[in-house]
Amino acid sequence: MGAEGIGARVKRKEDKRFITGLGKYTDDVELPRATHAAFVRSEHAHARIGGIDASAAKAMPGVVDVLTGDQLVADGIGNLICGWAISSKDGSPMNMGAYRALEHEIVRHVGQAIAVVIAETDSQARDAAEAVSVSYEELPAVASVEDALKAGAPQLHPEAAGNLIYDWEIGDKAAVDSALSGAAHVTRMEITNNRLAPNAMEPRAALASYDPAEEHYTLYTTSQNPHVARLVLSAFYAVAPEHKLRVIAPDVGGGFGSKIYIYPEEIVCLWASKKIGGRPVKWTAQRAESFVTDAHGRDHVTVAEMAFDADNKIIGFKVNTKANFGAYMSLFSSCVPTYLYATLLSGQYNIPAIYCDVQAVYTNTVPVDAYRGAGRPEATYVVERMMETAARELGVDPTDLRAKNFIQEFPHQTPVIMCYDAGGYDAHMAAAKEAIDYAGFPARKAEAASRGKLRGIGTSCYIEACGIAPSAAVGSLGAGVGLWESAEVRVNPVGTIEILTGSHSHGQSHETTFAQVVADRLGVPIDTVAIVHGDTDKVQFGMGTYGSRSGAVGMSAIVKAMEKVEAKAKKIAAHLLEADEGDIVIENGEFKVAGTDQAKTMTDIGLAAYTAHNLPEGMEPGLKEGAFYDPTNFTFPAGTYMCEVEIDPATGQTEIVNFVAADDFGTIINPMVVEGQVHGGLVQGIGQALLENAVYDDSGQLLSGSYMDYCMPRADDVPSFEVRHTTTVCPGNPLGMKGCGEAGAIGSPPAVINAVTDAIGNNDLSMPATPEKVWSAIGAAGMPQAAE
Amino acid sequence: MATVSMTVNGKAVQATVEDRTLLVDLLRETLGLTGTHVGCDTSQCGACVIHMNGRAVKACTKLAAQAEGADITTIEGLATDGALHPMQEAFREHHGLQCGFCTPGMIMSAVEMIDRLGSDIDEATIREQLEGNICRCTGYHNIVKAIQSAAGQMGSNA
Repeated sequence: MGAEGIGARVKRKEDKRFITGLGKYTDDVELPRATHAAFVRSEHAHARIGGIDASAAKAMPGVVDVLTGDQLVADGIGNLICGWAISSKDGSPMNMGAYRALEHEIVRHVGQAIAVVIAETDSQARDAAEAVSVSYEELPAVASVEDALKAGAPQLHPEAAGNLIYDWEIGDKAAVDSALSGAAHVTRMEITNNRLAPNAMEPRAALASYDPAEEHYTLYTTSQNPHVARLVLSAFYAVAPEHKLRVIAPDVGGGFGSKIYIYPEEIVCLWASKKIGGRPVKWTAQRAESFVTDAHGRDHVTVAEMAFDADNKIIGFKVNTKANFGAYMSLFSSCVPTYLYATLLSGQYNIPAIYCDVQAVYTNTVPVDAYRGAGRPEATYVVERMMETAARELGVDPTDLRAKNFIQEFPHQTPVIMCYDAGGYDAHMAAAKEAIDYAGFPARKAEAASRGKLRGIGTSCYIEACGIAPSAAVGSLGAGVGLWESAEVRVNPVGTIEILTGSHSHGQSHETTFAQVVADRLGVPIDTVAIVHGDTDKVQFGMGTYGSRSGAVGMSAIVKAMEKVEAKAKKIAAHLLEADEGDIVIENGEFKVAGTDQAKTMTDIGLAAYTAHNLPEGMEPGLKEGAFYDPTNFTFPAGTYMCEVEIDPATGQTEIVNFVAADDFGTIINPMVVEGQVHGGLVQGIGQALLENAVYDDSGQLLSGSYMDYCMPRADDVPSFEVRHTTTVCPGNPLGMKGCGEAGAIGSPPAVINAVTDAIGNNDLSMPATPEKVWSAIGAAGMPQAAE
Repeated sequence: MATVSMTVNGKAVQATVEDRTLLVDLLRETLGLTGTHVGCDTSQCGACVIHMNGRAVKACTKLAAQAEGADITTIEGLATDGALHPMQEAFREHHGLQCGFCTPGMIMSAVEMIDRLGSDIDEATIREQLEGNICRCTGYHNIVKAIQSAAGQMGSNA
């Protein structure tokens, strides 16, 4: 592999600018004569707008203009779209209500943008936004899916009767019903997956600039996928044609899904820059705005039934899920509780029959979309709470029940579309049990009891589908885009290398790991390899980074382009060395005639390619190749997570005393980076399990809308982790990679809750398991609540 | 408007700003020191931590005028003569950062933590002391390792 190749713990190239304060995030970018935007936002969850009076605001110091939604509509700016079409059971298309970037008629969630103030300074813009007077006629609001589906519930969109967006199904209902009726045991649970606010630490921002001379726009923005942003802004919102719009996503401070989508603010800043004559318009969210505008995650209410035969084998699984979509359909919202959720309900288990139906529902809350894991955490939470609860009901060890039902042979076709290509589930189960000393748990529990503490252990065996995804397959399932990736390899005349990628790094370390792939192939130092990304003027096209796809898809595209470059370079080397092309090997940055000391360096090859003085007959000058890689299948990372907790029965306070993650990610490029991804995912999952909750009251007001009341995990809320890897190579892509970005957030919530419920002897517990809920559940289980 | 004078990263600076201008805005907008970040509006996240007269301070919670006469160090001023501070080195060595947005505040808090509590600091204390700094990427695991490692370095250099 070499010191910097695949598998090496290489320190990150990108770190220097971040640790010295020289990172360049969107809000750090300055353009001459820039103005500042502040949005006027709805204070009501549901209201008809009677009028918008901006006269006082327009007269305030520094105000350039105040723009409203009727002007946006008049200028032909299109409504926001959802890019994945889902049909209901009866074949009818999904019921999508109109979503305007600025709403001037009916607002449907607190925080919805109504008008924008453009001013000379940020403070002036915010002051003037306060002075814009909006008259509202309040309408009844609804925040929960249960309430939104009731007869007589407030109706959000005329297009969606009963607030129902779709009623979708997958699987064989008759087969599952038959399994349930003939089962030796049925485990039934009602399971809620709590709503989360993504909270990337860098708030969303946009800096838009219109050049009247060229009729050209430039947008700096906090995006995980700048090319998709440009495509959508052009094709659907009619802001500008693609060749007249450059989108740059510079350093981006975390995404977790929330920066995939194209939000109203980016559209408005672009449109406003032209509207005011071409001065740049800058907007950076305050955290309070992030809470009421960034797409939230999760928010499912589920009823599940799992059927077992007399040998404790699963024979059927039935799931009904109601998914809260919020007030509008966000860009990829529709695929999250369907093809990213129900298709993973087989977990790591051999289940002959699965049926799931999903009702997607409008409510007067912030739109919900993909958040780290996106559907797969919700599926894993259902499957793994069911498995743990079933084991307790059946009186068997939860790890034994899982192992008994593990899929052992691959490829394995599940009843819900997915065909698992490779895995080794016993291996990561064994690794996790060893790491946590599973056998020693009873003694630790007894010791904790002697101190008056309740100790519990919980397991979670997750599977996810990553490497999203074969374009034709997702197209047949309703996706509006293909999900391939592109790469271009440029060898410069001096032999240094630039990799242009459609993937985007917002913390994932691509500048290092992508260079490692090149170093591994050529034997050159990673310092001679630059990774270029995040600018539609530099990289021709790309689908961006989400769904743990940048390794399995993005790096595969780089490999394909590298193969082309290497093939041409070998021809040049053979020509220069007067050797046979088939005898050329690449070692330590040199092209050698195998078995001899004859060699040409990368610099020799680069110079030859670009001087073109002495190339093989008919060869074009230059050394630059591109490739598009379309995956052949999803990839299937899987693992076993085990969590051990101690609970103080007097307070209900949970402490995680041990957490072990054993993952199979296939080939790992940089273990240091992969472990970092796991750590971060684990804490987001632990946050969901114990701390985080986006809570709405019945009137649609977000009660946890700041860091004062939305409990972000702090360093002293979580432990250090034991992270292990087992490996089955993914057969579907050239590097054998599966993806690691979301696993931690997917696998950890059920491990934590299974541990807490084990400790307190009560399965009736919902996330987040706050001390108050845990304390009450201890009482309900009839256990003493105060240490004696 | 108020005219404020202070020392920032060893240089005397003077600026005339609105009375309500926050120290973080003076640093970012007037002085162009954009390494100090703003991640929240309620003084919780700690992305804006700088040193003011040797103490870790959230620059979003101070008016620029309150820093009159103060000695300010930002992340840009932590390295000396081109040599990274041991805490900066440790964050890189232990992969204590991913997206980098919380990193300047984390490093500034961590340096002051060790200055205040000494290099013989245990994991539990480090975690407790990081209460005012939120990271969404790393799960804190490697940040804690980095701080422990740098604490040893800072101690041996003392």
